[in-house]
Amino acid sequence: MVNHISNEKVIEVENLTKKFGDFTAVKGISFHVNKGEIFGFLGANGAGKTTAMKMLIGISNPSSGNANVAGFDVHTQSDEVKKSIGYMSQKFSMYDDLTVKENITFFGGIYGLSRKQIKKKTAELIEELQLGDITKSRVGSLPLGWKQKLAFSVSLLHEPKIVFLDEPTGGVDPITRRQFWELIYTEADKGTTIFVTTHYMDEAEYCDRVSIMVDGVIEALDTPKNLKKQFDVDSMNEVFLKLARNIE
Amino acid sequence: MKRFKGFVKKEFYHIFRDKRSLFILFGMPIAQILLFGFAITNEINNVDIAILDYAKDAESEKIIQKIKASKYFNIENQIDNEKAIESEFKNGKIKAVLLFERDFAKKLENQKKATVQVITDATEPNVANTITNYTQSIIQNYQNQKNTTQEQSVSIVMQTRMLYNAELKSVFNFVPGVMTVILMLVSAMMTSISITREKELGTMEVLLVSPLKPFQVIIGKVFPYVFLSIINAVVIVSMGYFIFGMPMRGSLFLLAFESILFIITALSLGILISTVSNSQQTAMMLSLMGLMLPVIILSGFIFPISSMPLPMQIMSNIIPAKWFIIIVKSIMLKGVGISYIIKETLILTLMTLIFIGLSIKNYKTRLE
Ligand SMILES: Nc1ncnc2c1ncn2[C@@H]1O[C@H](COP(=O)(O)OP(=O)(O)O)[C@@H](O)[C@H]1O
Ligand SMILES: [Mg+2]
Repeated sequence: MVNHISNEKVIEVENLTKKFGDFTAVKGISFHVNKGEIFGFLGANGAGKTTAMKMLIGISNPSSGNANVAGFDVHTQSDEVKKSIGYMSQKFSMYDDLTVKENITFFGGIYGLSRKQIKKKTAELIEELQLGDITKSRVGSLPLGWKQKLAFSVSLLHEPKIVFLDEPTGGVDPITRRQFWELIYTEADKGTTIFVTTHYMDEAEYCDRVSIMVDGVIEALDTPKNLKKQFDVDSMNEVFLKLARNIE
Repeated sequence: MKRFKGFVKKEFYHIFRDKRSLFILFGMPIAQILLFGFAITNEINNVDIAILDYAKDAESEKIIQKIKASKYFNIENQIDNEKAIESEFKNGKIKAVLLFERDFAKKLENQKKATVQVITDATEPNVANTITNYTQSIIQNYQNQKNTTQEQSVSIVMQTRMLYNAELKSVFNFVPGVMTVILMLVSAMMTSISITREKELGTMEVLLVSPLKPFQVIIGKVFPYVFLSIINAVVIVSMGYFIFGMPMRGSLFLLAFESILFIITALSLGILISTVSNSQQTAMMLSLMGLMLPVIILSGFIFPISSMPLPMQIMSNIIPAKWFIIIVKSIMLKGVGISYIIKETLILTLMTLIFIGLSIKNYKTRLE
């Protein structure tokens, strides 16, 4: 599972901080992510995962600290950053009133794909996700699990170096989640770096490395195996519980 | 450019697949026009009128017979003094009074000229207008007939008097007023709702992460509404002109220019609203309370500004619609050129710049 990772750092974060007025949502976090890695960004609701991610993808300005994504500074080169990344937002990120095909065409279009490329990508997608004849259905009529897979594929249309997924599997059953992770693996095998937030601890087991964030601070960061050893437990869920207890 | 086309196409999908948008875009203008269309009808049939005949001679009698013979009028009664006119109108029984001056026939014979007055109740301005036109043509007809059989031609002068609404206010307010309301509705409200919808759904973030610049996203979103607003403006002006007889004395080109300016003002207001609201509900409430009500109450569309209390008169100055209504009326009714409405045009331009400036500022603070 680890063979797709190289030593090249594609995300480097140093003392990244975000303040909303008096409230500090992200408190000087530092970490790096290697190329091809599946990096799990864990934390309870309200820990600051989304806030941190938004700074990395260039739609929110850091209050202080630095972040380098795909070789570009998020402060000064957010346009270049945007071209190198894909993003799936925590809220569902496609248009319910457009059909599957229209969504693909639209998102392909805003990333500057040619008509030919869009056609090719659409065909590939239909094949990969076994969409068959639902391409003409409105996205709003699809089950959530389908929508999530679709949104993931759409975020990859322009073949980004890094893809940021914010709770991509929220609200679906474990089997559908498992299927989603198959897609993530397929993509990681192609050398794409995956930065994924989740609060499902079972999913943490699927990651190459995970960080655990509590109240804006990264409290632990390692491979799931090492973390379990460090806390002397059998599952990531127990790691998480122990960590929370230690902090209190 | 290709990205832009794709973006606009997607916006049109949203619009045409949403019943509420469709209703506001096409239902509202039609509803408004029907509303006014019923209130202001051009056809008159068997309208009750009264005669005040000071002459009581052969000529006046002949004209009265002509009027009676037409299917348009029904002579309800004869009155004998001018004081009675007002009470007849107040009863609401009759819509007009035809007044023949004393010695009508004699004057026509000796001076070759005599006067008929048509006094109308102009609370229904269009009816009043139509009555005037019809009586005019009947009398004109009579005069022409008479002149073909005589050597020396005579002229029957028609004087018109409108009671209660001397300037026929509502007809002239109707077209500019409806146009202003619709343009505000389409441009400001629909735009703010459509932008906040993307925020609410989370798709706005996805757009902002894409290589599109924020201003490209906004332009892509407002463009369809500019297009639809222009269509609405054309439809309303044409209906005003062809169906309701609103004059068009000034330059069409100038009217188009000013309308586009106002559309941009309204769009920038819509964008401003979308920067301060996080849900479609908020955007809609803000648009309705903050835009539509002032447009309807303070712009002079329904209540004349001159009869408002002073604080409201002062407040009306910050309503873009007020200035646009002045512009449209000046162009259509007075036929003025740009130099006469330069002040209003500059005010609208300045307001637009302020709205855009505030939107950019709000947008930036949100990112920080
Ligand atoms: N725009 C904002 N203004 C003020 N507070 C915010 C804003 N966005 C997020 N927060 C706060 O920051 C904290 C972290 O939120 P978030 O990053 O969404 O958490 P997570 O994604 O880990 O659930 C929360 O307490 C949230 O209320
Ligand atoms: Mg979150």
